[in-house]
Amino acid sequence: MEEMKDIILQYVIEEYLEDDDEEITYDTPLISGGFVDSFSMVSLKVFLETKFKISLPDDKATPEAFDSVNNIVNLVKEFID
Amino acid sequence: MSNIGSYEKRIKNFDWSISEKELDYKDGNTINIAWYCSDRICQMGKADKLALIYEGFGGVEKEYTFNDIRLAGNTIGAFLRNLGVIQEDRVCLFMDRIPELYLSFLGVLKIGAIVQPLFSAFGEESLHVRLENAQTRVIITQRKHLSKVRKILDKLPSLEHIIIVDHNESKPLQKNEVSFNLEETTPVEDFEIFPTKANSPSVLHYTSGTTGQPKGVRHVHYSLISQYLTTKWILDLQDKDIYWCTADPGWVTGTSYGIIGPWSLGITQCVLNSGFSAEAWYKFIEKHRITVWYSAPTAIRSLMKAGDEIVGKFDLSCLRHLASVGEPLNAEAVVWSEKVFNNQFLDTYWQTETGSIMITNFPGMKIKPGSMGKAFPGIETTLLDPKTFEPFNKPGKIGLIAFKPGWPAMMTTYWNNNEKFEEKFKNGWYLSGDRSSIDKNGYFWFTGRDDDVINTGGHLVSPFEVESALLEHEAVSESAVVAKPDEVNMEVVKAFITLKPGYEPDDELELKIMNFIRKKLSPLAMPQDIEYMDSLPKTRSGKIMRRILHAKEWGEEIGDVSTLEDE
Repeated sequence: MEEMKDIILQYVIEEYLEDDDEEITYDTPLISGGFVDSFSMVSLKVFLETKFKISLPDDKATPEAFDSVNNIVNLVKEFID
Repeated sequence: MSNIGSYEKRIKNFDWSISEKELDYKDGNTINIAWYCSDRICQMGKADKLALIYEGFGGVEKEYTFNDIRLAGNTIGAFLRNLGVIQEDRVCLFMDRIPELYLSFLGVLKIGAIVQPLFSAFGEESLHVRLENAQTRVIITQRKHLSKVRKILDKLPSLEHIIIVDHNESKPLQKNEVSFNLEETTPVEDFEIFPTKANSPSVLHYTSGTTGQPKGVRHVHYSLISQYLTTKWILDLQDKDIYWCTADPGWVTGTSYGIIGPWSLGITQCVLNSGFSAEAWYKFIEKHRITVWYSAPTAIRSLMKAGDEIVGKFDLSCLRHLASVGEPLNAEAVVWSEKVFNNQFLDTYWQTETGSIMITNFPGMKIKPGSMGKAFPGIETTLLDPKTFEPFNKPGKIGLIAFKPGWPAMMTTYWNNNEKFEEKFKNGWYLSGDRSSIDKNGYFWFTGRDDDVINTGGHLVSPFEVESALLEHEAVSESAVVAKPDEVNMEVVKAFITLKPGYEPDDELELKIMNFIRKKLSPLAMPQDIEYMDSLPKTRSGKIMRRILHAKEWGEEIGDVSTLEDE
């Protein structure tokens, strides 16, 4: 669980944050905070599916479900066997 | 009573001099958009009225009166002038929707330089192409976007100054970089505004076509005449209104109707600089008692998806007038908005090239949900036969939307590409590149584009640009990019690719390619779907037949395949 959180957080930092000075936590609002835009959510979804070998239905991949690392972890857990 | 009153009467008695008179402009006079948006409003006795209410991430809130924005424009203008920036130099604004973006817009125009706003999510390649084409001399940006600028600086000999509005000591300044902090700079009270004339260039917005590089659409200060009146009559802004245009000034809506229109009318506007969430948006409207809201179909459909229940949590009774732009607004969204907001979103149609709204639904007009509405007074509009380019008048028949040139906000050329500009005209008509029909009551009904450009979330993406960028990925051998239907964004980018030997088609590679394009071009241009193919459909002469792939995505007839290779 902790490992999953860190993997996702690290991925978001590396892929989506433009400014090295910006800091985000597990609770930082990613979508509503403007760190990840709605178009980029698709690549984040592909990352989660590839990394955790799951399939996320489109209707579950909502801006709210992706709005923080903690929210994403909860979503991913639903689909891990 | 709406500002426009009777549409029928306006049509009969229309002349652009209506706008000129209201703005006290006479042919040959000086006309500077920034002066009209700030100094003039102060001279009209509204210096203490709020011009901008800003909310940013992390609860940052700022307010600026019209006198504040006048002073800020002066101060930024003086800073640029001290750097040696002169009239017609291109100054790029590459910032998120922070106050400095809006205020710099005024500052640049005040010295007669040309504003080149670019969407801050653009990747380095998209930025490079546009700065190189415009031979941009200055870029005003934020610390967070600096790394993209630094990567391409050596390829841009014209780029002499990189102004950072939020510099701190964490990143030492490098070559050509200079810090400018507006809040720490003494405001400049008296400033000599450059005496721009009607045909002096003002704003340079870039737009994408099917082929070739993005084109710089050059507008002039006289465009104010259209932007002022269309804002007044279509968005119906009145003195007490609190207005919110959700568009980013990196795109034309964000400047024509997110800066020039409301401020030239002396209207208070709000800016929310954060990502999308239905709850945050409704909360913003409720908190600031927003009365007029100009948004986009993609956002409206996202709000619809968030459900009706959430709307009930907020008091949105302040809303009195709603409008939409960017792509056709589906009838369902119009009906929904009336149900939940007690107001219909009125669709407006125009383009980067037109500079102001051309076809629209007006306040007080009978709305036919799903229709584009009718032409703005003074805009001569027709449909042309796609083969002969002759106008026709037959209800229900689809043709090319065309306008008779001459409205004040019309582009004056494509930057460094007058040949492409000339191609936009046939038989004395400006060709929009869109198709529609007209019903017997004169309402326009959008049917689609006349080219392969992808309209995703109201933004145009060139398939050529994405295909070219895909070929730069080490694994991609060939690529074809088309629009794919999407419930929220209307269209999204889909890429068909073949791989070079040694690469296997899998999800991991798909993710790598997606991120490659996202960083190189922009999130908008990132393929939302990648399909691996053994080969792409081509003509016998080797040209990729994009239309076959497009037809497949949209479930349409493939049509003539007589030139298809191997058929």
